[in-house]
Amino acid sequence: MLELDRLWKTYDTPKGPATIVKNFNLKLKEGEFATLIGHSGCGKSTVLMMVAGLSDLSKGNMILAGREASGPGPDRGIVFQSPCLLPWMTAYENVMLGVNQVYFTASKAERRQMAEYYLTIVGLGDAMHKHPGELSQGMRQRVGIARAFALQPKMLLLDEPFGMLDSLTRYELQEVLLELWRRNRITTLMVTHDVDEAIFLSDRVVMMTDGPEAEVGDILKIPFERPRNRKEIMEDPRYYELREHLITFLNDRSHIRPSREPQFKPSPDMAAELAAHAFPFPTAAA
Amino acid sequence: MHLIQRFKLDSIFLPLGAILVTCFFWYVIAGKSVITEKVDDFGDKIKVTKREGLSADLPTPVETWTASKLYITEPFAKRGELDQGILRFTWMSLVLVAQGYAIALIIGTPIGFFLGLSKKFTTAFDPIIQVLRPVSPLAWLPLGMILFSGVKIVNGDGRTTFGASDAAALFTIAICAMWPTVMNTAVGVRAVPQDYLNVAKVLKLSKWKTLWKVLVPATLPYMFTGFRLSLGIAWLVIVAVEMLTGMPGVGGFLWQQYNANSYAHIILCILTIGVVGYVLDRLMSAIESRFKTA
Amino acid sequence: MPLIEIKGASKGFGPPGNRTEVLKNINLSVEEGEFVVIVGYSGSGKSTLINMISGLVKPDTGTASISGEVITGPGPDRGLVFQNYSLLPWLNVEENIALAVDEVFKDWTPEQRKAHVAKYIAMVKLTPAAHKLPKELSGGMRQRVSVARTLAMQPKVLLMDEPLSALDALTRAQLQDEIADIWLNNKTTVIWITNDPDEAILVADKVIPLLPTSPATLGEPMIVDMERPRDRKAINHDARFKKLRTQLITTLLDAKGRTKVKASVKITLPDILPEDLNYVNSLQFLNRSGPKRRSDKNREEVEVAA
Ligand SMILES: Nc1ncnc2c1ncn2[C@@H]1O[C@H](COP(=O)(O)OP(=O)(O)OP(=O)(O)O)[C@@H](O)[C@H]1O
Ligand SMILES: Nc1ncnc2c1ncn2[C@@H]1O[C@H](COP(=O)(O)OP(=O)(O)OP(=O)(O)O)[C@@H](O)[C@H]1O
Ligand SMILES: [Mg+2]
Ligand SMILES: [Mg+2]
Repeated sequence: MLELDRLWKTYDTPKGPATIVKNFNLKLKEGEFATLIGHSGCGKSTVLMMVAGLSDLSKGNMILAGREASGPGPDRGIVFQSPCLLPWMTAYENVMLGVNQVYFTASKAERRQMAEYYLTIVGLGDAMHKHPGELSQGMRQRVGIARAFALQPKMLLLDEPFGMLDSLTRYELQEVLLELWRRNRITTLMVTHDVDEAIFLSDRVVMMTDGPEAEVGDILKIPFERPRNRKEIMEDPRYYELREHLITFLNDRSHIRPSREPQFKPSPDMAAELAAHAFPFPTAAA
Repeated sequence: MHLIQRFKLDSIFLPLGAILVTCFFWYVIAGKSVITEKVDDFGDKIKVTKREGLSADLPTPVETWTASKLYITEPFAKRGELDQGILRFTWMSLVLVAQGYAIALIIGTPIGFFLGLSKKFTTAFDPIIQVLRPVSPLAWLPLGMILFSGVKIVNGDGRTTFGASDAAALFTIAICAMWPTVMNTAVGVRAVPQDYLNVAKVLKLSKWKTLWKVLVPATLPYMFTGFRLSLGIAWLVIVAVEMLTGMPGVGGFLWQQYNANSYAHIILCILTIGVVGYVLDRLMSAIESRFKTA
Repeated sequence: MPLIEIKGASKGFGPPGNRTEVLKNINLSVEEGEFVVIVGYSGSGKSTLINMISGLVKPDTGTASISGEVITGPGPDRGLVFQNYSLLPWLNVEENIALAVDEVFKDWTPEQRKAHVAKYIAMVKLTPAAHKLPKELSGGMRQRVSVARTLAMQPKVLLMDEPLSALDALTRAQLQDEIADIWLNNKTTVIWITNDPDEAILVADKVIPLLPTSPATLGEPMIVDMERPRDRKAINHDARFKKLRTQLITTLLDAKGRTKVKASVKITLPDILPEDLNYVNSLQFLNRSGPKRRSDKNREEVEVAA
């Protein structure tokens, strides 16, 4: 479905070009749910923006649904890290803007229903007709989520969508997300900081090393069956192993760059990912 | 209760005091009529009126009032082409300003958008704009006369209703008042946050929709600042234009009264121009603040 | 006398008739040098509450006062970290912080100020990015700049509105410790807002839940009497921590449960599918009236299988 092949991102700064993301390889299968985890400022949003088509690739290829990806479009729904609502429209109008765009063949009543459905689901049934200035930070973020979900995109790109939310609301919205994902077989790439969230939601967790020149540090497959039950997963002994693995990576190993470590041994999941890319891994070549 | 709280007494009395002080200074420097009795060569007693003071010809506030009373108390009277109530003149000027201003906005706003959207357009036209911007209305008017010398719309009685001077006047107002709108719109368009444009891109909004749903609302606050400044300039220009073309209006009246040596009316005109300009500005800021989005 | 005191305050928004009451009957008193954390759900009124203290929002009834004086507006004695990092977009990281520092420490030498700024940039680990503009920073980095700016001003009262929400666990943990340290050393008064009960108990002296009744009110304060510095790993096994945590979470959940509207609205998801905008101008929309529907799709599949 989505193939990222040796993606590079370089920004021109006064002090010369700065490479933010280096050699980012990832292959997502149709309907796969992957999360991207890494430290603040390592380049997660940058990768997501490139996939969304909002930021040019400096190097590398991106293949989306069998085609070289073109510019941005509503087939890739995106929830931005900062909600990005248009302040002169109400929450409802913000959602309607996109809904009108992709469901232009549907009747007006159906479109309205669509926007109302998703706004209610994210818990804004009462605040639908408020302007963003009158909403709390978390509510704005939820409008952004509703806007992306309502388009039923083929691919969802989520940049820390639940960052500003309390754990209860977060749990509710995670369920909503999973339901949407299950129903539409949406390929999802999500950025998160929350290790538990990553394990609960995803099929694979992609860990990024620290920036600058961030790359994929490790990949972890989450073996739990779907549909998942939060409680059961929490009680599963494997859960703590996985959690430990992620936390160790974030705390201790995130600065280890695979391409520069001669003794780097990719984990089985990562090795599988590497094998899928045509070019051999730099260390193997050396 | 609320009103009193909001408009504290200070805000009424302090300006009032300042106005009184200004009137006093005006009175001090104004010329006063001094009537002296004199015996003339024939032995008759005659009264001689002489004006004395720092600025002998400047009428005092009271004289101004008595001389202008008629124009103010009968603001809509029409006694002759150049002898009409002050509001009638104001109305004429306003109509002219409105026309010129409308032209300025209609032309200026799109130019502003082009400047804001396209780097190439900016590089190409910026020098021309920078050169034309500071040109005074007095310089534009003759050019307008030449440009539109052929314009003549005649009504049924064979009287010209819209001639070269009208066209030139509109041209001058429009071209002078346009620049703040152009510049502010351009700045506003450039300041549209990238986030908003990203939203438009992700939703694949058409060019037209992006313009109306994203760019225009996001630039509105800037545009209205431009509109307000433009209106100020249009109102400034009108006086000069009317003076030069001799059209009826506040400016025309002012010039005519100067030529007729009735100085009190000049002050009346100046005050009218000032008050109207202030009211227009307030109106525009009221509209402007309505469009300020959080 | 408490340093900050809110008495019987309430706040609502909107014109009469269409008014939503957000906060009601808020009573809060914070002693000098106290570390208070307010925990609440998203949209319950936390930002509104802290803005009352900062002076950005005026209570409709009741008063908010600092050292006995009614709060009328923002002041440099109360440093505020905004939830949406408000940085000046045309200044780089260093300048954004220096702007605040220069304002507060006018009598220092330029070198002193520069060192001070550098120290706080280093504290939030942004030294390599010191000369970047906000738009060149990631979301988390902006949040860190905003935290650094406020800490550098060394205000008497630190008001923090979900300062760490946008950060990853590691950076968050470091900053929690950092801020707790600053508080220990300088004895500033801290009022901190969060939606994370663990974070609340870990850093606070006193945790106050903001109950999501409608309008919201403050619940009973809970005193956290655990010695500092607290070890975040060890604390997980502390009986007192577990007890407080359960207590806090149940209080919040109970209040939430009580307010849950019984009358449920029925919403239906319309059965429509998005169109492919890449083919907007093609003719395929002409010979089809109405939208694509999921039910159609399923029917098609059934036919193929049969
Ligand atoms: N326009 C730009 N010019 C220069 N550098 C940039 C630009 N945009 C981003 N960067 C740099 O790229 C790096 C990665 O940014 P990115 O937003 O991808 O981080 P992130 O992983 O999403 O972090 P967070 O979790 O804090 O949001 C940062 O160091 C940032 O300073
Ligand atoms: N200016 C305003 N006009 C109208 N309603 C407002 C305004 N500001 C806030 N509200 C309402 O007040 C309520 C509380 O908002 P507030 O920002 O205090 O929430 P919060 O607890 O900080 O939430 P979050 O954690 O999501 O930031 C919300 O329902 C919001 O819609
Ligand atoms: Mg980010
Ligand atoms: Mg808030």
